Amino acid sequence: MTKRTVELELATPGVDAQGRAARMPLKARAAEETAEPDLGAEHLLVNLGPQHPATHGVLRLVVELDGETVVRCIPHVGYLHSGFEKLGEYRHYNQIIPLTDRTDYLSPMSNNVGLALAAEKLMGIAITPRCTVLRVIACEMSRIISHMVWLGTTSIDLGAFTPFLWAFQQRERIYDLQEMWTGARLTTSLTRVGGLMADIPDRFVDKLREFTGDFPKTLDEIDRVLTRNAVWAGRTQGVGTLSAAEAITHSLSGPMLRASGVPYDVRKDKPYLGYETYDFDVVVGEHGDVYDRYLVRLEECYQSNRILQQALDRLPDGPINVDDPRVILPSKTRAMSDMEAMIFHFKQVMEGVKAPVGEAYVGIENPKGELGNYLVSDGTAKPVRWRIRPPSFINLSALPRMAEGHLLSDLIAINASVDIVMGEVDR
Amino acid sequence: MIPGALRETVARDGERIVYVARDRLLAAMHWLKETPGQEFNYLVDVTAVEFRDRERPIEVVYFLRSLERRADIRIKVELPSTDELVVDSVWSLWHGADWLEREVYDMFGITFRGHPDLRRILMWETYAEGYPLRKSFPLRGRFSRAEQVRQALNANPEAHYSLEELSIAEAGGDLPEDMRDRLRRGERGVIPEPPPS
Repeated sequence: MTKRTVELELATPGVDAQGRAARMPLKARAAEETAEPDLGAEHLLVNLGPQHPATHGVLRLVVELDGETVVRCIPHVGYLHSGFEKLGEYRHYNQIIPLTDRTDYLSPMSNNVGLALAAEKLMGIAITPRCTVLRVIACEMSRIISHMVWLGTTSIDLGAFTPFLWAFQQRERIYDLQEMWTGARLTTSLTRVGGLMADIPDRFVDKLREFTGDFPKTLDEIDRVLTRNAVWAGRTQGVGTLSAAEAITHSLSGPMLRASGVPYDVRKDKPYLGYETYDFDVVVGEHGDVYDRYLVRLEECYQSNRILQQALDRLPDGPINVDDPRVILPSKTRAMSDMEAMIFHFKQVMEGVKAPVGEAYVGIENPKGELGNYLVSDGTAKPVRWRIRPPSFINLSALPRMAEGHLLSDLIAINASVDIVMGEVDR
Repeated sequence: MIPGALRETVARDGERIVYVARDRLLAAMHWLKETPGQEFNYLVDVTAVEFRDRERPIEVVYFLRSLERRADIRIKVELPSTDELVVDSVWSLWHGADWLEREVYDMFGITFRGHPDLRRILMWETYAEGYPLRKSFPLRGRFSRAEQVRQALNANPEAHYSLEELSIAEAGGDLPEDMRDRLRRGERGVIPEPPPS
């Protein structure tokens, strides 16, 4: 395939003669804004959401406007509050896993892994090598679909429809794989404490390999359509800027933190699932604006693809569950024919898996940021406290800081760049 | 040595847990953030834990991280359940504490002294059933389903504007009379006393 180059006389602001997206100097932009005449003190209070396509769910923003400039932005969350953490206190550890599907429902498999890792840490269980690699595959598949949804919806918010279709096509392929593996597209409930719900089916590896082969082409296309696009660059560069210090003090994580130039990635800096043995790069931005967040997420998709390929290459044979009858249910045939297996089966179903007294926190690098699962046990089969550290909730808390002083239309871009999913924000 | 440290343990995930005296919390946090060699400049999370054993104090848990040293630490403050549930806000050190402390306030009823905007976040402002994550709070809520439905149907649809927003609108001079009344009354949810157990 020959590379297509487009020769255009680009007289558009934000793009130089070579077609590179030129950065608008921030200072000039700020001067421009202050140069606008003050049209008096008549402020307007606008209610945006909770039913509004550009708020990405049931987020409600009350915005105080001076003309078109946002003076104050007050987010209201909680419309999707389901009390998952409270429910978790009434459930066995394995019964909590279906709840995690429904928190960040754009990356359910990754949430399942997060909870299982925390429960295993609490109980001191070491999972099998095959399970470890399969969980890495699950996490990276989730990252790709989550970033694809983000790319698609954000590009629609900013007026580009085509990347949305391309992104969702690729997402659909991962959803097919998820369905192959777990039987569900969204409510995957993939993991169990000490292992997985099921091993991957036949042809899964081939199909995933096929995906990892084609997927970068779509990313290249999106890159070609958006990265040097004058409208895209103009609407995202210098918008919603957060410095590294601000990103840190607001406890941002994931692509939001890295776009501001802080190279912290849980996979590298507090590795879990053997991520330290994979060869991938931590993507770091420079300016901390919406454009850099886009670049970071786009590049992370390439990196996830690399990790997927490496994981497929090294996928070992062997069992997916630990060999511990107190944690893992015996097979149905054994439970029906073997007395001992039946007793273990009965005890696990009726009493649940007991965790020792103590607490454990495991943070994993979810697509949205650091997803923490904090479990406190008092020795029974149900946690005393299950806390989710919700990355998009914490990232969203910096929205007023980012939006104030920008235009209302920029608020949409900034809100999109946070990558929120209300199931997780409200839990 | 962390100022106000009472005792130390190690969690099952290998992380250091330091219990800090309630009145020395801010001093301890400031020390942890600013002292060279500590530099815990990143607040990962704030949450609270109430145990099923009601005698045990409620714990407020702070997860701190040093991004430079790639190190984590967990700080806990114990609040005896017989005492007033008040602790100093760490918002002045980490702005990320804003929503996290609001959530703990919303879910546990722990007041953070010095927080700039302590109001409910996940539940609505006039929510009157109490604090959902407390062990004394029943799973299905404190009010009966019928009462919840009755309240929802009778709710003033404008009541979901917070007092702050009403005050902005009033400054603009276009606030309906009933909303102005609500602003004047400062109407918020009334939290019922926990039933004697």
